[in-house]
Amino acid sequence: MAEEMRIVLRNYGKIDPLKIDDYIAQGGYKALEKARSMDRETLIEEVKKSKLRGRGGAGFNCGQKWSFAYQAQADQKYVVCNADEGEPGTYKDRLIMENDPHTLIEGMAICAYAIGATKGYIYCRGEYPHLVGILNTAISQAKEKGFLKDFDIEVRSGAGAYVCGEETALIESIEGKRGEPRFKPPYPPSEGLWGKPTIVNNVETFANIPVIVEKGADWYASIGVPSYPGTKVFTLTGDINNKTFFEVPTNTTIRELIYKYGGGIPGGKKFKAVQIGGTSGAFIPEELLDTPVAFDNMAAIGATLGSGAVFVLDETRDIVDVVTRIAKFFEHESCGKCAPCREGTARMYEIMSKINSGKGTTKDIETISRLGRVMSCSCLCGLGQAAPAPVLTTIQHFKADYHAKLV
Amino acid sequence: MKGYKEIIASYANVPGGIIEAYHAIQKEFSYLPEEAILEAAKVFNLPVSEAYGVATFYSMFSVKPRGKNVIRICESAPCHVAGAAEVVAALERELGICMGESTQDGLFALEFTECVGQCQATPVITINGKPYLNVSPAKIPEILAEYK
Ligand SMILES: Cc1cc2nc3c(=O)[nH]c(=O)nc-3n(C[C@H](O)[C@H](O)[C@H](O)COP(=O)(O)O)c2cc1C
Ligand code: FES
Repeated sequence: MAEEMRIVLRNYGKIDPLKIDDYIAQGGYKALEKARSMDRETLIEEVKKSKLRGRGGAGFNCGQKWSFAYQAQADQKYVVCNADEGEPGTYKDRLIMENDPHTLIEGMAICAYAIGATKGYIYCRGEYPHLVGILNTAISQAKEKGFLKDFDIEVRSGAGAYVCGEETALIESIEGKRGEPRFKPPYPPSEGLWGKPTIVNNVETFANIPVIVEKGADWYASIGVPSYPGTKVFTLTGDINNKTFFEVPTNTTIRELIYKYGGGIPGGKKFKAVQIGGTSGAFIPEELLDTPVAFDNMAAIGATLGSGAVFVLDETRDIVDVVTRIAKFFEHESCGKCAPCREGTARMYEIMSKINSGKGTTKDIETISRLGRVMSCSCLCGLGQAAPAPVLTTIQHFKADYHAKLV
Repeated sequence: MKGYKEIIASYANVPGGIIEAYHAIQKEFSYLPEEAILEAAKVFNLPVSEAYGVATFYSMFSVKPRGKNVIRICESAPCHVAGAAEVVAALERELGICMGESTQDGLFALEFTECVGQCQATPVITINGKPYLNVSPAKIPEILAEYK
């Protein structure tokens, strides 16, 4: 059985996050020094070889992304940290920034060196105002000690928009605009912030970088599942005994997360379903719990790893009611730029409310299934594409719950 | 109290700084007065429609006056199943207003929010951005007393 293993949370509880000397005493900023002694291509190759994939949900190979921005020719490049953390049930990035801000800063500085950027931004969600002070303190300490050299980092606050976690919407928001996603391509590594090559990585992704540089790609690639190696931080919510977080290797199974780490379901009740990856994730039934949490293993069962949120429901829960609440979330958070999402999320919420209030028919289930399939392939960004997942997967795995509510 | 002109001016040289300026204005006024949006459009060299578009896009910004202390209740799924609805009912009862309204004395505004990232202790509310964890109806009077 996979044991807990702390890479991104390695300093959790061991250091005073506001004391840079504590971080240095744990070997902090050594990796940055080592990175700068390597030539840029070798460094990027090393990150590529570690097979680190983005922890923000899309799972793109991190080193490969960096190599696109490295190759792009421009007078200015940017490193942006996605600290928008909007997926309901997720608070892992907050944990990292609250407890070890320097690991994020060091990861960003290594990226800046690798791609040749002198300016960075941390886009921190507006719901975390207390983090702005922590991050700014850490940045000025690192500056003062000379670690950052010509690399400047600015913290920007979001203002309560889930879609701003989407990287191009986030870029629009830093530019002071409405956070509406851009058409892709061009992708940010070639044309991002103010049209310049930009790397957008998640907090957890950056936090892995110093350790990879320090211990080497081979060490990292050997942890967990080979196609998505390393660890992942999970946050457990809902009907679970240990409502807390765990960092585990990616070969851990969903069952282990819930029963071994989570301590099972409270009150001796039975398990009903688990939604992983946040509110846009699939609902997973009992028979699929032995799946490892790694990206491709989850995709193979029609689910996602996403942000690592683990939302457990016991047998007494009304899953149709929960999915109706989730449908409202998407209706509210759709930015309105593309019609399939703007209209689709509204209709989806409307039909779910009808079913939930006992007025639905089998025709409604057919309609909503078709609507969901259309949205998954026609919406502009991941928000609309993923919005139907909770509806479609609960219709697939928990059909009886829907039928019980029909007229 | 700082004037909105002064606040906006201090962000004039920040590229894309209008959102930061709006945050700072709301800290003083609790909402974005129309004059402030017009001023921001001028300073950031944007059409008024765009400055207004930014103000209305983000759920934390309000273009209508509202109570000084903004109470937000998380209604995302983990808080929903943990009993957010009972907390809503208790707050509405205690303050004598409905969700989306402000109290007569201008002290409190009541709003929904989605997940605020404190899901280890659901249900959660925030007041002026400060989170309160494991909130139950019984705890409401005590929490509100801090702001009276
Ligand atoms: C609607 C939507 C919301 C997203 N929210 C986040 C988020 O809160 N944090 C995050 O890191 N990535 C989020 N993403 C993914 C980003 O678009 C992007 O893939 C990620 O920041 C890249 O970093 P990574 O490669 O390190 O994962 C979101 C995507 C979509 C479509
Ligand atoms: S779900 Fe309510 S704080 Fe995260």
